[in-house]
Amino acid sequence: MIEAIAIGAIRGGTSVVLAGVGETIAERSGLIYLGCEGSMLVGALTAYAVGIETGNPWLGALAAVCTGAALAMVYGLLVIVRRANQIATGLAITFLGLGATSLFGQSYVSQGVRPFVPWAMPGLSDIPFVGNVLFNHDPLTYLSFVVVPAAWWFLFRSGPGLRMRAVGERPDIVGTMGVAAPSSRWMALALAGGLAGLGGAQLATAFARTWSENMVAGRGFIAVALVIFAAWNPLNIAIGAYLFAGAVAFELQLQARGSDISIFLLDAIPYLTVIAVLTALSRRRRHAAPESLATVFQQDAATFASRQPRSRRATRSAALRPTPTTLNHERTIP
Amino acid sequence: MKRPTSSRAWRAIGVATALSLVVVACGSDETAEPAASSAEPASPAESAAPTESAAPAEPNAEAAPPAGDACGTGATKVGFLYVGSKDDFGYNQAAYEAAVAMGEAAGVEVIHAENVPETIEDAVPVMEDMIAQGATILFPTSYGHFDPAVEIASTHPEVCVVHQGQFESSLDAPLDNLGTYFSSVFEPVYLAGIAAGKATTSNVLGYVYAFPIPQTLENINAFALGAQSANPAAKVIAVATASWCDPGKQAQAAQTLLDQTADVLTQHQDCTKTVIETAEAAGAWSVGYHYDASALAPNGWLTGSEWAWADLYTDIVTTMAAGGFVTSDYNSDYRIGYRDVDAPFVAFAPSPFGAAVDAETQAAIKTAYDSFFADVDGDGVGDFSVFTGPLADRDGTVRIEDGVTPDYAALDGFFSEPWFVAGVEGSVG
Repeated sequence: MIEAIAIGAIRGGTSVVLAGVGETIAERSGLIYLGCEGSMLVGALTAYAVGIETGNPWLGALAAVCTGAALAMVYGLLVIVRRANQIATGLAITFLGLGATSLFGQSYVSQGVRPFVPWAMPGLSDIPFVGNVLFNHDPLTYLSFVVVPAAWWFLFRSGPGLRMRAVGERPDIVGTMGVAAPSSRWMALALAGGLAGLGGAQLATAFARTWSENMVAGRGFIAVALVIFAAWNPLNIAIGAYLFAGAVAFELQLQARGSDISIFLLDAIPYLTVIAVLTALSRRRRHAAPESLATVFQQDAATFASRQPRSRRATRSAALRPTPTTLNHERTIP
Repeated sequence: MKRPTSSRAWRAIGVATALSLVVVACGSDETAEPAASSAEPASPAESAAPTESAAPAEPNAEAAPPAGDACGTGATKVGFLYVGSKDDFGYNQAAYEAAVAMGEAAGVEVIHAENVPETIEDAVPVMEDMIAQGATILFPTSYGHFDPAVEIASTHPEVCVVHQGQFESSLDAPLDNLGTYFSSVFEPVYLAGIAAGKATTSNVLGYVYAFPIPQTLENINAFALGAQSANPAAKVIAVATASWCDPGKQAQAAQTLLDQTADVLTQHQDCTKTVIETAEAAGAWSVGYHYDASALAPNGWLTGSEWAWADLYTDIVTTMAAGGFVTSDYNSDYRIGYRDVDAPFVAFAPSPFGAAVDAETQAAIKTAYDSFFADVDGDGVGDFSVFTGPLADRDGTVRIEDGVTPDYAALDGFFSEPWFVAGVEGSVG
């Protein structure tokens, strides 16, 4: 039973891991991307549709990364360029993704895709317990095993990652050092949307092997919630996502073994698990939240000591602004 | 500084919502697309929806329409509402295709609306829109569309509303322009159980279902009884997903059942592809539901149960168009099954057999099928029933007394509290 739950945790958790790692990167740069669910949906449909049209699931996954990221770019346009409220924009983006995929996905509901199939790693998959749990999965799951530590290394050990985190903490100070906060955030968004799209691809073409409307069913929002539980650390995201999916597997195992608990209560177990863990850990980990998360940030041209000559547009917009020497740094959520 | 920023923000959000509106609008050329309407919590359509307080309580009470003015008389347009996609290889596709066939057979125009949520706020405006387009007969086809259906029926006495799955008798006051119908699809499920019982080598059959409601419980129990009639050692493990269509959870549920050594998987879900594909990939057998999905499982397909609504839809619509709805059986709780031996049509059928079902099994299924229609005592009702008392639940409590054979309309009442027959494992309730 434990092995079955562990396998279920990995299989069901991978899409949430990928989306959650992307969300972590976005939030580290100061952006709450509630469009995560939308990017997952767009990625799921793209992977499925491209997989059907080309017969190659890899092309589908690649296209899913692109469309997931493209949807995040729409969010970036509104939030970074137009300085819209992040929460409202993110939700609007998710609904945009839901509506668009419902519409364009209709003709794919009845079609079958050539899916990613599990591939047992020679040698490693023969190890008792561990082999079955870790080394008998679809290629996208193996990819997620690489993505998690890579994202950790990127955020905490690489130059661009350092700048990205700095942008999420004190964009004003970073600005004075000649780092353009927007470009760092654009990169973070591309990664967030792309990874959410990849998560959707894993769900549609490797795990559930189907497309149906709204098939992500809240996994994107779970990913957003997990980021807080994970204290904005990609390694913890993996733990949290596997915990969530493991709780789903556990609940189904309980049912199959004839527990007399109401299925409605059992269905709540994964969510209760996440809430319980969040509650237990959030106090302790509040300090980990990027300081400028979800704030509307405006980096003025006057304080942005860019080494590049200013574009005409930047100069003009700076001139139009009444107080060009101060930063507009406005908290939208407490 | 603050004002321009926030006004820009709102303009930007406006752009985003306008974009999603455009997407929604594009979708409503042929079929209404209210799924995305949740993006617009305060859309004009919803504010235009009649409120409950504004609706007259019983518009038909004072003025029972004369025969010529009965609802739906001379109807030329019929509206169909589906809770899901018309291509779901399941419940909604079966209803959609039957609606199209009915339109041709009855010579009426059919308006379809897919993905209509089961709430008054969402479904009522869709039906109002259909009425505005000239539809005088409406078919809300999902179990949860009943409350919106009642709402429309009480505010539009000239429109016939027939709901698929619920009971009009559950209302305090029956309406002259409202009816309910359904069919005992558990009978072909019982037959499919025979195929599953013969095919299994592990004697474990897996059942993925959505919620413990009478429809699903009848099917699971009928499947188990059918399997046990062919293979007394067969047991069924039932697992609920608490959703009509969550493919991710279906995949996990199917995997859980395979882990429990199930080698036949079946389901009661609206979208059916994931469970069938998971079974096929694992080399297990599949028993379909709602729709013939044998193409998805070339190796493992056994058989299944599918809806065949077209003849019933046609009969309902022609009855209404002729002004005969009020006096017909459709103006109440209409139920149809194999045991209605005199009925001119049935509303469901067994799916085609897969290659793995041998001649002996097919003969056994044919025998059971014929027994539903056998009426030796000549009372117009088939003598064989899946649920004939005495029938006890798995704990030994007698649920259907000796000598009792519930008729179709009464059966749901026996499952208002969930129970499984002996040999069904899994949570109940």
